[in-house]
Amino acid sequence: MIRVEGLSKTFGSLEAVRDLHLSVPEGQIYGLVGPDGAGKTTTLRLLCGALRPDPAGKSGTRIEIGGYDLLSELENARAQIGYLPQRFSLYEELTVLENIGFFAEMRGIPAAEWRPRCMAILEFVGLVEFTNRRAGQLSGGMKQKLGLAAALVHRPKVLLLDEPTTGVDPVTRQDFWQLIIQMVAESRQNGGSASVLVTTPYMDEAARCQKVGFMRLGKLLVEGSPQELRQQLEGRILELTGEPLEGLRRIAGQIAGVESVQRFGERLHLRIQAGQQEAVSEELSTRVPAEGGVLYSLDRAAPQLEDVFMSLAESEDE
Amino acid sequence: MNNGGGKPGDVILTQGLTRLFGDFVAVDRLSFRVQAGEVVGYLGPNGSGKTTTIRMLLGLLRPSAGQGQVLGFDIVRQSELIRQRVGYMSQKFALYHDLTVRENLQFYAGVYGVADRQRIESVLELVGLREQANLMASELSVGWRQRLALGTAVVHQPQLLFLDEPTSGVDPLARRAFWDLIYELVAGGVTALVTTHYMDEAEYCGRVGIMNRGRLLAYDTPAELKRSVLEGPAWDLTVEPIMDGLHLLEQSGLGLRISLAGDHLRVISPGEVTEQQLSDLIANSTLQLIRLERVAPSLEDVFLTLAEKQ
Repeated sequence: MIRVEGLSKTFGSLEAVRDLHLSVPEGQIYGLVGPDGAGKTTTLRLLCGALRPDPAGKSGTRIEIGGYDLLSELENARAQIGYLPQRFSLYEELTVLENIGFFAEMRGIPAAEWRPRCMAILEFVGLVEFTNRRAGQLSGGMKQKLGLAAALVHRPKVLLLDEPTTGVDPVTRQDFWQLIIQMVAESRQNGGSASVLVTTPYMDEAARCQKVGFMRLGKLLVEGSPQELRQQLEGRILELTGEPLEGLRRIAGQIAGVESVQRFGERLHLRIQAGQQEAVSEELSTRVPAEGGVLYSLDRAAPQLEDVFMSLAESEDE
Repeated sequence: MNNGGGKPGDVILTQGLTRLFGDFVAVDRLSFRVQAGEVVGYLGPNGSGKTTTIRMLLGLLRPSAGQGQVLGFDIVRQSELIRQRVGYMSQKFALYHDLTVRENLQFYAGVYGVADRQRIESVLELVGLREQANLMASELSVGWRQRLALGTAVVHQPQLLFLDEPTSGVDPLARRAFWDLIYELVAGGVTALVTTHYMDEAEYCGRVGIMNRGRLLAYDTPAELKRSVLEGPAWDLTVEPIMDGLHLLEQSGLGLRISLAGDHLRVISPGEVTEQQLSDLIANSTLQLIRLERVAPSLEDVFLTLAEKQ
C-alpha cells in the first residue's frame, strides 16, 4: 500500500506539491488527474524516492510504501516499487529480453530467478513473440508494454505509472489497462497486495480507477470513486441541439445560472448551478425562438468525469 | 472552387481510394465524403491507414487505385492547387524553437506567399498568443505550442484543415480551449478533418469515421454510432471475485465482448440479453453480484467492438 502524509515539495518559489495526504490501499487502482502543472509527476517522483521532499513542517512528513518508510528506509521501500515514467528509457540496441534482464539485474535479481519470471511477464504483456527483437524496432505501444514488463520484473507491491498511455493507440491502450486491472484483481484474489497509482490526462482512463483524486496547484482538492465524483454534478449538465449552434451558444452563455457552455460537435453541453436547471431550461425555451433560433432538443445528460474535471479546474478563481 | 466533378459543398470526396505498399494494403477501397463546414474525426489505431489517407488527399502520395477530390481538385493531377488551400497540423509540430512566436508565423506566411503583414497580427489574436508573440517557441507550454502550431497551419487562410492528433497529451482544459478555436475557424467557413487516438477527442467531432486495417468500418455522428453499431445493450457489472466473473461471462455467451473496467466488468451483449439473464447467471454461480446496471455505450465500446468483428 501507499500512505502519504504532509508531503510538500518546493522548487525555488514554486510550490509544486503542498501538504499532500494520500492513501492507496492494497488492491486499489488510484488515478491522479489535474491540469498540467498540478504536481502529479512531482508527486510520483517523490514517491519513488527520485526527489527529496521539503523538510517536514509542523504536521510531519511521512511516505510509507509497502510497509516501509521511504524517508528512513529508502532501499527497502524502493524494492517495493515499480515505476514507469512518462519517458521510459529503454536501450534501443538491446533486445526485449536483454532490456528486462538489465532492469532485473539492476534490481539485484540473479539471472536464475529473473529469466523464468520474465517469460511469464512477457507472456502477460503480450511480447513473448518479440523476445529477441531489438527495442528500437518496437512500435510505441509495444515499447510501453516493455516498460511495464521492466517495471514488473521484481514483483513490486506498488506500481507508479506516469501517463502510461500517452501517444499509444486505442487498441493498445485497452490492452494496457486490461493488464493493469487484471494484475491488481489477481493479486487481490490471491491474497496479494498490489497498489497502483496512475496519472492520466484522459478522463476515460480515470474512469477505470477505483478512486480518482483531483490535484490543482500542488493540492489534492477532491477524491472519490468515479461514480461519487459524477454524482456531484447530477442533474447539472444539460445537452441541447438546435440551430444555429453558435447562436445558441451565445444565448446560453448570457443566461444567469449557466456556469459553462461547451460544444461537442453538433451538441452543446451546459453546466448549470445547482438548483437552477428549471429556470435555465425555461429561459432557453423562450429566448432561443425569440431570437430566431430553433431548439431541437434539451435534455439532462449524465455528467462525465470530464465535466467534474472542468468544474473543479474552473473553480480556482473563487 | 468547384471545377471538378463533385457536388458543390463537397470538400472531400473519394471513391475506392486504395494504397498498397508492396503486398500491404494500407488503405482499402475508401469511399467517403466531407461537406463544407463539417468537423470530421478519424479514429483508429496506428497503421490503420489514417495518415496514408491524409497524405493521398494532400497529393503527397499517389493512390494505387481509386480517385479523390479535395476542394473540387483532383488529388493526383491538381495537388499543387490543393496544397495552397489546405492547412496541415501534424502531431509533431513543425515549429522553430529558436524563433519567436511571431517569427514562426512570419516564416510560414513567407512559405505560403502571404504578403499581408496584418494577417500575422490577426492570427496571433485568433490563437490567443498576442502577449506571447515575442517569446521563443521553446519557452511555450505544450498547450500554447499547440495553438502556435495551429496558427502556422492557418496563416494562409486555408479552406480545409487537416489536424493529425492535435491534442495528444494535453489536459482537458487545454483540449477544450483548443477545440473552441477549431469551432471558431469552422464558424468562419473552414472545414476540418481530425485524426485521433482518443475517444474524448472524437466526441468533439460532428461525424466520426472508424478505421481499422485500412478500411472505413463506420462513419456517422457519435450519437448515431453509439445507437446503431452495437447489436445489444451495454452493462456495468460489479461481481466478486472479478476475474472469475470475467471467465464465467466469457463462457456464458451473454457477452459479445467483456472487459475489465476498474472495479467492474463492462459487458456488451449480443442482441436480446436481459438484466434477469445476467443476474441469474451470477446467482447460479458461487460468485457474489454487487451491482448490475445497464449503461450507455461509449465510443470506445463502439470502436473496440467494430475492430474485433473485423
